Amino acid sequence: MKILVCVSHVPDTTSKINFIDNGTKFDTNGVQFIIGPYDDYALARAIEIKEANAGTTVTVLNVGLADTEPTIRKALAIGADDALRVNAEPTDSFFVANQIAEHAKGYDLVLMGRESIDYNGGVVHAMVGELLGIPSISPVMKLDLDGTTAKMSREIEGGKESVEASLPLVAGCQEPIAEWKIPNMRGIMSARTKPLKVVEPKATDVSVNVQKFELPAPKGAVKMISADNVAELVTRLKTEAKVL
Amino acid sequence: MATLVFVETSEGKVRKTSLEAVAYAHQMGAGVTAIVLGTASSSELESLGKYGAQKVLHAADSKLDHPVIQVFASVITKAMQDENADVLVLANSSLATPVGAKVAVKINASFASNVVELPSAGFVVKRSIYTGKAFSLVELKNQKKVIAIKKNAAEAKEVGGSAQVVAYPVSLNEADFNTKITGTEKATGDILLPEAEIVVSGGRGLKGPEHWGILEELAKALHAATGCSKPVSDMHWRPHHEHVGQTGVKVAPQLYIAVGISGAIQHLAGVNSSKCIVVINKDPEAPFFKAADYGIVGDAFDVLPKLTEAVKTMK
Repeated sequence: MKILVCVSHVPDTTSKINFIDNGTKFDTNGVQFIIGPYDDYALARAIEIKEANAGTTVTVLNVGLADTEPTIRKALAIGADDALRVNAEPTDSFFVANQIAEHAKGYDLVLMGRESIDYNGGVVHAMVGELLGIPSISPVMKLDLDGTTAKMSREIEGGKESVEASLPLVAGCQEPIAEWKIPNMRGIMSARTKPLKVVEPKATDVSVNVQKFELPAPKGAVKMISADNVAELVTRLKTEAKVL
Repeated sequence: MATLVFVETSEGKVRKTSLEAVAYAHQMGAGVTAIVLGTASSSELESLGKYGAQKVLHAADSKLDHPVIQVFASVITKAMQDENADVLVLANSSLATPVGAKVAVKINASFASNVVELPSAGFVVKRSIYTGKAFSLVELKNQKKVIAIKKNAAEAKEVGGSAQVVAYPVSLNEADFNTKITGTEKATGDILLPEAEIVVSGGRGLKGPEHWGILEELAKALHAATGCSKPVSDMHWRPHHEHVGQTGVKVAPQLYIAVGISGAIQHLAGVNSSKCIVVINKDPEAPFFKAADYGIVGDAFDVLPKLTEAVKTMK
């Protein structure tokens, strides 16, 4: 079985978000980049499947510029066999999906996170499925293989849905599909020599243009209420904030 | 320019987020046609007129009662052509967002999800990014556009008006049934966390799952859903589906009350779309106070029962 895991290279969840150049560029100053947390779940599940099924290989794919390579090496250290980097900045869901689809043919499972935590588009898996003409399911909280059928559990509003589909398929993953894996020393050493191929992107018409970034308006100062006067909170929520 | 709105139903009722999508399309100023797939009552269909739909296409085929994303995408793509619509509006949801993404690929449309405001000149939409920590202004360049709007991005306001309901027969393609829904399971609890207007969340400050009763009492008095922080769900004090935060449920209620939660940036990412935030924590230095509208420095075990009492008295 061949598994492709698509990973994003995103700011750590604790990062303060800022923009420079008049709000046109993300400020990377002091920001640590990580494998997208949801992609990390997808990778962990792929490694579990590999460990349980001899002969399974896991390839990691990232659409990004050269600065994403430490993130790709980390995915290799966690247990992927080889990696592919499409040398382009991932600015739009369709652009990224088109790059992935170009390289995803021949894989039984294409796994990724439900969304990247930078642009939060949440649709790359659906677009890849559409481009390849194969099923796409997200957000997947459980994925078990039964021959060539995948049995999955998907989160829906107010509950969950059990879904089955035949391989090949695309899944956007989230917890608790697997536990995050931490690379061990042997993994880190072997990751240095695992193959990482770099390819140029497939020409794609750009259908959206990000003009500018903005930060939310600053929050007003917190109004403190004494613990001895809790009833005042209720009154103010009712008359001042008008939320009760 | 006509606008098509994909309207979702749940147990025969139109979802509130879909009403917001209809209201959003109405405010865009073009003629609005809504499309509903699967069994729905005529009164529900007609009610869409009140929110600004002029026409409602109803594809009543019972095979559409279990929503298969690929099937829905094909039906809506056909409806876009039949209605000569340039723009498709839908709610960000587990069904509509992937349906919209597939339609966008099929008709070569510009796509944007998490949209929070009406488009400005040149069809520039504002999207929520970095899990609510920032916005981007995105120009949708193609003639066709698909927009998935974030919850609370538009108010489902009644504008009067009535809709003409039209039966919309569909011929379904067997190959589109590429996923099989074998069951659905409703989350327990009367009030669902992602849709709740009021959420009461607890953190490690509550010291253990056995103390959740005082939080649940408050939630009950407020008709609120209960949530929790990531450590609480990681320690299995509370079920995973109650975890509010960056990698858990993102909520956007009118009122969010956080009890004994310090306010790690990952937690804030899940609640920063709330209209009003109340923080109760015994540590005056808890970072959550900086993100709050109202704060009380105090022990949860002392403050919560008093608060529940005050809420009951008010009612």
